[in-house]
Amino acid sequence: MAEGMTWSVLDGDKLTQAEIYGKVLTQLGEKNDKIIAMTADLAKSTKIGAFGDKFPERFINMGIAENSLFGVAAGLAMVGYTPVVSTFAVFAALRSAEQVRTDICYQNLDVKIIATHAGISFGQAGSTHHCTEDIAVMRSFANMTVIVPADGIETGNAVVAAMDHAGPVYIRIGRGFEPPVNTTKDYGFQIGKAVTMKDGKDVTVITCGVCVGQAMRAAKVLESQGLSVRVINMHTVKPIDREVILKAVVETRRIITVEEHNVMGGLGSAVGEVIVEGGKACAFKKLGVPDAFAIVGYPEDLYNYYKFDADGIIEAVGALMKKEIEEDENWDDET
Amino acid sequence: MPLTADEVKLLQQKAKDVRKSIVDITFTAGGGHIGGSLSQTDILVALYYKYMNIDPKNPKKEDRDRMILSKGHGGLGWAAVLGEKGYFDKALLKNFNKTGSPFGMHLDSLKVPGCDASTGSLGHGLAIAVGMAIGAKKQGKNFRTYCVMGDGECCEGSVWEAAIIGAFHKLDNLTAFVDRNNLMIDGRTEDITMLESLDEKFKAFGWEVLHVDGHDMQKLGGAIEQAQTIKNKPTMIICDTVKGKCVDFMEDESKWHYGGLDSDMRDKAFACIDTYYDKVGG
Repeated sequence: MAEGMTWSVLDGDKLTQAEIYGKVLTQLGEKNDKIIAMTADLAKSTKIGAFGDKFPERFINMGIAENSLFGVAAGLAMVGYTPVVSTFAVFAALRSAEQVRTDICYQNLDVKIIATHAGISFGQAGSTHHCTEDIAVMRSFANMTVIVPADGIETGNAVVAAMDHAGPVYIRIGRGFEPPVNTTKDYGFQIGKAVTMKDGKDVTVITCGVCVGQAMRAAKVLESQGLSVRVINMHTVKPIDREVILKAVVETRRIITVEEHNVMGGLGSAVGEVIVEGGKACAFKKLGVPDAFAIVGYPEDLYNYYKFDADGIIEAVGALMKKEIEEDENWDDET
Repeated sequence: MPLTADEVKLLQQKAKDVRKSIVDITFTAGGGHIGGSLSQTDILVALYYKYMNIDPKNPKKEDRDRMILSKGHGGLGWAAVLGEKGYFDKALLKNFNKTGSPFGMHLDSLKVPGCDASTGSLGHGLAIAVGMAIGAKKQGKNFRTYCVMGDGECCEGSVWEAAIIGAFHKLDNLTAFVDRNNLMIDGRTEDITMLESLDEKFKAFGWEVLHVDGHDMQKLGGAIEQAQTIKNKPTMIICDTVKGKCVDFMEDESKWHYGGLDSDMRDKAFACIDTYYDKVGG
């Protein structure tokens, strides 16, 4: 286990994802003097200010200047620092997309981005502050690694792993407190390696971020109804774990993806690409925000409204189970 | 210290060689950003042949001075300088723009020795330079960061973000230049938008501003040296230049932002350069 997580896992129940990354980063900063934390007037909102409180000489608040936030990060990386940049996802992935792509990814620089308030986690703030496009944008940048942690514990693991990983990493978290789905930090988090939260043979739910918890709640209900549900936490959307997807296609033949993101371009699209390239047909459904700007509301209400909370997953699984996959069970005749 | 007559002569000679190389690359590549490459030449030659602490045989030397060519379309002219300076075999420049070549119109830091940052999308370079200069200060390193910008790219808001941040961090280890040739692709800068007064704008943002003839080696050298003495703020050297400098049929013509040359035009361009340096020395 890499250094960085020394507090009790129980703290994961009491801290937001952002508070946890702030703590982890600060602990990492003790031993790694190359870390330099940066933000654009969101030190408090993103919690990266915790690092600045401890290491003011290695903290840069740029003011409200996101383009230059990533440009300056690139310059710092070029002279030997490992900048960790935190701002809202909508600014990192959309306003600064070109700086992230050209200044950082193109030159494969060691810059870590922790984007908060992603998806519709800041639902009350309205569409200008929603970000249901960032996974699509970031995963299309060559060299970029995209991680969507399921809870605070996984956020801590992701930050530690990102520091051990050469090159740019985008870690996407929400705004507030996400109920933990992990009970220990020692479950073998590895970039690019999905976590099978529970096994099952009738249907596979592939999900990430806050939706992992929703999927686990849905699976519990579905199991009580007699279905065997596999739940995969695809915390790394890029590089995606192809092996676990193709195994699920063969073994369950029904796959549902669930994400807090536009259904176009995100996790669902990434999983769909793997399935299609795998050449074996399966029933497939993507849940998430439809191709629309989300309405205003509390996140939990919006997850329900767009039917990707536990209730929505249960409903979608029910519909998918009614689909005929094919008449025989012989995979050998498939191409 | 003013440059000696011999130093000026040497720099003029190098500028002449670089300008001929620019013409040659443009000819063999089938086209290139020749106008802006010719306007920036004297700035780069002064830096690379007199002021920058660099070692072309050791392009990644840790405490080397850094160069960010924010006006990335000047990559052709920058490549000519790097080639003349010996960062790589000049013969490689015959492949400029060719499929699989390390040299595209905008230089790539991963492929071209001496290129400290890949640029080309305008308005990015000053922020990168600011990051390098902040990093140098925080690490207690003595290297200086140079950033050469186009005037047209000063329309970009990101330039002014970086200007605010550079002044806030008191980056007296950062010297930037505006290659003020007054032309952008679509015409004269002041006909398209309003950049003036660039001097007052950068001054208002907290920079030391020097303004020189960007084709006068003695004045360029003086400004670069003066910038090294300024404390607690970055310096912007606004250089009055001529797009297409030294090639009479290109001078001050926006159509020569990007262009190709046939062999007759190449020969005429060489003759213009010879004539110019016969007059000014070099």
